Amino acid sequence: MILGPLQLLGRKGLAFFERLGRGHLFLLQTLTALPGLVLRPGLVIRQLYSVGVLTLLIILVSGLFVGMVLGLQGYNTLVDFGAEESLGVVVALSLVRELGPVVSALLFAGRAGSALTAEIGLMKATEQLSGMEMMAVDPMRRVIAPRFVAGFISMPLLAAIFSFVGIYGGYFVGVGLLGVDDGAYWSQMQDKVDLHDDVYNGVIKSIVFGFVAVWIAVFEGYDTVPTSAGVSRATTRTVVHTALAVLGLDFVLTALMFGD
Amino acid sequence: MRETSRNGQDPIVKVRGLVFARGERMIFDGIDLDIERGKVTAIMGPSGTGKTTLLKLIGGQLRPASGTIVVDGESVPDLGVKELYRLRQRMGMMFQTGALLTDLDVYANVAFPIREHTDLPERLVRDLVLMKLQAVGLRGAAGLMPNELSGGMARRVAMARAIALDPMMVLYDEPFTGQDPISMGVLIKLIRELNDSLGLTSIVVSHDVKETAAIADYAYLLSDGKVVDQGTPEMLWKSASDWSQQFLNGKPDGPVAFHYPARSLRDDLMQGGQSR
Repeated sequence: MILGPLQLLGRKGLAFFERLGRGHLFLLQTLTALPGLVLRPGLVIRQLYSVGVLTLLIILVSGLFVGMVLGLQGYNTLVDFGAEESLGVVVALSLVRELGPVVSALLFAGRAGSALTAEIGLMKATEQLSGMEMMAVDPMRRVIAPRFVAGFISMPLLAAIFSFVGIYGGYFVGVGLLGVDDGAYWSQMQDKVDLHDDVYNGVIKSIVFGFVAVWIAVFEGYDTVPTSAGVSRATTRTVVHTALAVLGLDFVLTALMFGD
Repeated sequence: MRETSRNGQDPIVKVRGLVFARGERMIFDGIDLDIERGKVTAIMGPSGTGKTTLLKLIGGQLRPASGTIVVDGESVPDLGVKELYRLRQRMGMMFQTGALLTDLDVYANVAFPIREHTDLPERLVRDLVLMKLQAVGLRGAAGLMPNELSGGMARRVAMARAIALDPMMVLYDEPFTGQDPISMGVLIKLIRELNDSLGLTSIVVSHDVKETAAIADYAYLLSDGKVVDQGTPEMLWKSASDWSQQFLNGKPDGPVAFHYPARSLRDDLMQGGQSR
């Protein structure tokens, strides 16, 4: 009776570690294929457009709204203590330290990550990757590596844009609508937001999240079961696994960066 | 001693004692076959016999459990990645689905292997691509995207791409499946004509017996991991093998039984309401 669940647990455990191993070997192969891209920057530039530029709209709109909500919520809390002039600091720190990297990584997974997985998965299902191999073209160099690099470059830039737009969203609500002093909003932000502790750490987070998000996305696509159901499952897994990985890593990174 | 084949020449592909399994399932259980230079050789057999797998083994995409696969004097399973890719540049493959790159138009698809493997100026690439497309009758479709092509056209584009680098050999994976009679006729004509005019060697994997037999110089019949029969199409039509006769003539019953193995009908019917 007890053997069934134990066997199931064992099977699931083995499958998990096998997949984890495959993912790491895949990463190694991808990293090995990167130097070849130096000679073919065009491949990366094309992917920068589809991975980065096409994700820009959702980042801009979301960043603006998140900033506006932060401005509103921050103001409502701070005004009780007569500290509404610190609104700029609250908005900027929330965005630069946490929400910028985390939310943009989640949006990146939803928009660009899922698209990468579906594209690569469908290329596998329609034998395009296999066809490339038979044409003596390595899919790792031609398909995976440019997408990996494009995602890795795009993510920190998107996170920076998210924070930038968010700060203006908070400014619009706080200063424009709720009457916080314009000068105080910017000067307190300039005074309290530290380039090293806050901005650099936020950038490091977005680099780590970008690496993980694009790794998961291209691996899920490459490892997909080549059927329509397989591609669908892989796309879902990309979004779910990236969200879990980003949130988990965010805690670890925050503890390392800001924990005493 | 150098092994020669039926026509006295060294075969371009020589397979000996090939064993390949997927998990528990044995796909090839010690098969031997030769592909002659300059000929169209058909590999036929029912669905699921591993015909496509055989092409992947010849192309080095899969590795056999044992046995040898020698292509143009090189042992494919023993090649390193670089040597394998160099060998593949001398092979073309047409996949069943065409496997065209969906983000590139017809022109760019045919130009793809040329651009990847040569540094030819774009003017020359253009001439080459247009010549290859002209050979398959699709020069006028150069600007179309793969999703604008019919199944037959997609395969002809794939054919043009397969011969883009002037290979020594082209592998065709189920080229006729799902084609209307006109497309089928075009593909049959093209495979034969390209083989003869370009001096290629062609391997056609198919279960479309009449169409394949019409263009093949030699054919192998595969079933249950073995080479069941082989010979020129004329020899096979006259084969004494019951299996060959059933397969070639599409008889519903014979060595491949109509009924899936089961206990007797009487036993099943007399079982009454008992669950199975």
